[in-house]
Amino acid sequence: MTEPVLSVRDLRVWYGTDRGPVRAVDGVTFDVRPGETLGLVGESGCGKSTLGRGVLGLTPAAAAVDGEVVLRSTGGAGRNLVGLPAKEIQRLRGPELGLIFQEPMTRLNPLMRISQHFEEALRSHEKGLSKQEIRTRALESLRGMGIPESRYRSYPHEFSGGMRQRIMIALALVLRPAFIVADEPTTALDVLVEAQIIKILADLRKNFDTSLVLITHNLGIVAEACDRVAVMYAGHIVEQGDAREVFANPQHPYTRELLRSTISLSTTGLHYIPGSPPDLVEPPQGCRFHPRCPVAMRGCATVEPPEVVLPTGVVSACWQQAIEAEPSLVDELGPGGREPLAAVEEISVADEA
Amino acid sequence: MLTKPDIEPSGEGAAAQVGEPLVEATGLEVHFGLRGGLFSRFSGGPAGAVRAVDGIDLTLRKGEVLGLVGESGSGKTTLGRTLIGLTKATAGSVSYRGQDITALGERGLRPLRRRLQMVFQDPHASLNPAMDIRTAVGHPLRIHNLVADDREYEARVVDALERVGLTPPERYLGKFPGDLSGGQKQRAVLARAIIAEPELLVADEPISMLDMSVRAKILQLMLDLKRDLDLTYVYVTHDLASAKFFCDTIAIMYLGRIVEYGPTEQVFADPQHPYTEALLAAIPEPDPERALPRELPRGEIPDAARPPMGCAFHPRCPVAVAACGWEARDLRTLLENRWLELAPEAASREKSLFADVESLAADGQSSVAIAPGRGHTPEDVLEYLRHLREEASEAEPREPFWHGVVTMHAENGRAVVEFAPPRDPRLSLIPATGVQVACHLREPVGSTTGT
Repeated sequence: MTEPVLSVRDLRVWYGTDRGPVRAVDGVTFDVRPGETLGLVGESGCGKSTLGRGVLGLTPAAAAVDGEVVLRSTGGAGRNLVGLPAKEIQRLRGPELGLIFQEPMTRLNPLMRISQHFEEALRSHEKGLSKQEIRTRALESLRGMGIPESRYRSYPHEFSGGMRQRIMIALALVLRPAFIVADEPTTALDVLVEAQIIKILADLRKNFDTSLVLITHNLGIVAEACDRVAVMYAGHIVEQGDAREVFANPQHPYTRELLRSTISLSTTGLHYIPGSPPDLVEPPQGCRFHPRCPVAMRGCATVEPPEVVLPTGVVSACWQQAIEAEPSLVDELGPGGREPLAAVEEISVADEA
Repeated sequence: MLTKPDIEPSGEGAAAQVGEPLVEATGLEVHFGLRGGLFSRFSGGPAGAVRAVDGIDLTLRKGEVLGLVGESGSGKTTLGRTLIGLTKATAGSVSYRGQDITALGERGLRPLRRRLQMVFQDPHASLNPAMDIRTAVGHPLRIHNLVADDREYEARVVDALERVGLTPPERYLGKFPGDLSGGQKQRAVLARAIIAEPELLVADEPISMLDMSVRAKILQLMLDLKRDLDLTYVYVTHDLASAKFFCDTIAIMYLGRIVEYGPTEQVFADPQHPYTEALLAAIPEPDPERALPRELPRGEIPDAARPPMGCAFHPRCPVAVAACGWEARDLRTLLENRWLELAPEAASREKSLFADVESLAADGQSSVAIAPGRGHTPEDVLEYLRHLREEASEAEPREPFWHGVVTMHAENGRAVVEFAPPRDPRLSLIPATGVQVACHLREPVGSTTGT
């Protein structure tokens, strides 16, 4: 198996507040291999965007970051990005790391021409390029995204939403990064344009061998565009594995409930998860999903579940599967730990998201 | 003209309660005037208008859930607002229980407002952050003078909060919007909408700002309210999946017009308009067995101030025919797309055949005279275009543009391309389905011109 481009080990990103630290990302481990697209899904507030930022070293100064983010450039040895001086990380952005933001409307400077955006990006990351080279590189990148040369000197407002998002992608690609984080790249777009962008992202990994972390709340997009998926809940990854496998046979109760409550074309009845995601200042003890989990056991409320690798290669953090895989683990749950937890019915609208 | 949809939704349950016409729109138009200066700078023409709603007929029956579905810019929100008199129609009429509300002034509309309510997309923005829930939810009672004293006021607010599931109400009365989660806020907004006992609720993307696990809850709440309070809904959305579940009847909109209109089940089971087909195929589904189609409609929804001729969808339509309204700017798009695919040198060589490709951008031209580039003759241009046409007829899928070109010839030193005369597709009923569709391909046999 090829070595991963990016290895994240036990990453934690905590924000300080008056009430104590918000554990937005709390011990997350995953790998991204070359040319692979990893989908990061979860509801708002689960920490998926923070994780994306944490990987790129873009967390605000007030956030505490701990753990390991090892980036392996082609041929080179890996280096840990956590704790690297800002200047060093800045040097990696562009040739190594790229970011595609949500909402292209607000990320392009309305007073700058498209040409100026490219000049700025190339000048600050690849010093010494001539004007002609910049132009050639920019036009090549734009052409790949279907933006004609005649629009090179236009302003952002002269483009439609889908074109602006394609320009954002072209801007990230012009620096030829080996690894890209795309944060909700299609959220503000219409269905047809969204499908166009998903295709562009899919072509990207085929043509350039770019590795991609795609952050989204839309499970459909992950199913269409990703090789692997990591499902986040309350700062943890609760399940990760091959996207087709996870969607066909979701293992973790949260993944299962999330898929069931998604309204899709095949929806015939409404289903929802009671309650709301927990406060990340004081997350619940044990499994963080236990207060909403339909199959929670007594022990789930006290002991954090271990991550278990299932025969399919899917990794799930749930006591149900842990005990099935390794029956001796049942002792950790304590006496009566396997009794069903009856708290779920008590949740009312008061705790709703 | 149009036949009124005689919709007998085939669905069970909700459909059974559908009754007499409640709101009827006839020839409804909402055009927003553009101010001269800026617009004419781009178009070179006089000030135009954005045709947000452009000739719509529909009937909403008592107890029906009508879905207005389309991409942004399709006019669905404007239509929803106009149906309850929140936006003024510029032509046509909307009648509510036989009364023409487009003719009414603000004073005349006021008493109707409590019967026709609206729920907006963003619950965070539609509640005043400085008003506690007691004041916000009960506001309509004060505005319409519906309560005699504070005790009755309090009782009505408590009842509304209970209906939307904000229980126990005492816990919420004194809270401010900032204390509530997104789902709770949308519940409060719904409480405010139902407190004055409305008959019709226009809900503009009521769940699109909410998290997935909450969406189903709010939809369920809306279904419960409909059952308990005998409501009729207009559900405005871009999300076909929730519309499929929620609506009895669905109207697919594109650039101010309805392109397909009929019972939801029928429309989803057998979409008639190429646009509906494309929308359905493009929805990403969390189903590993299903993949996106390789051929997606190109481009995006066009500018409503400069709608394409004929069928507005034709520039993106994979199966367009001659009469769909081909024009000069479609030729420009075709050329530009071709040049994007070519190597830069080849593209600029082909480009030099034309004096000015930008001049093809003018809209509404059924024939175009192309000036050849320096050192080229009109024949060179014609030869090039004929070559393209031949190439296209061998390609698969075929480029529909060439169906629309009638002749190409040289005239006064220019290459003239003439397009087939455009025809507007009219909504017409497909027999035995109850679905109306506006597409030349689905017109009754005999009225289509050959492809």
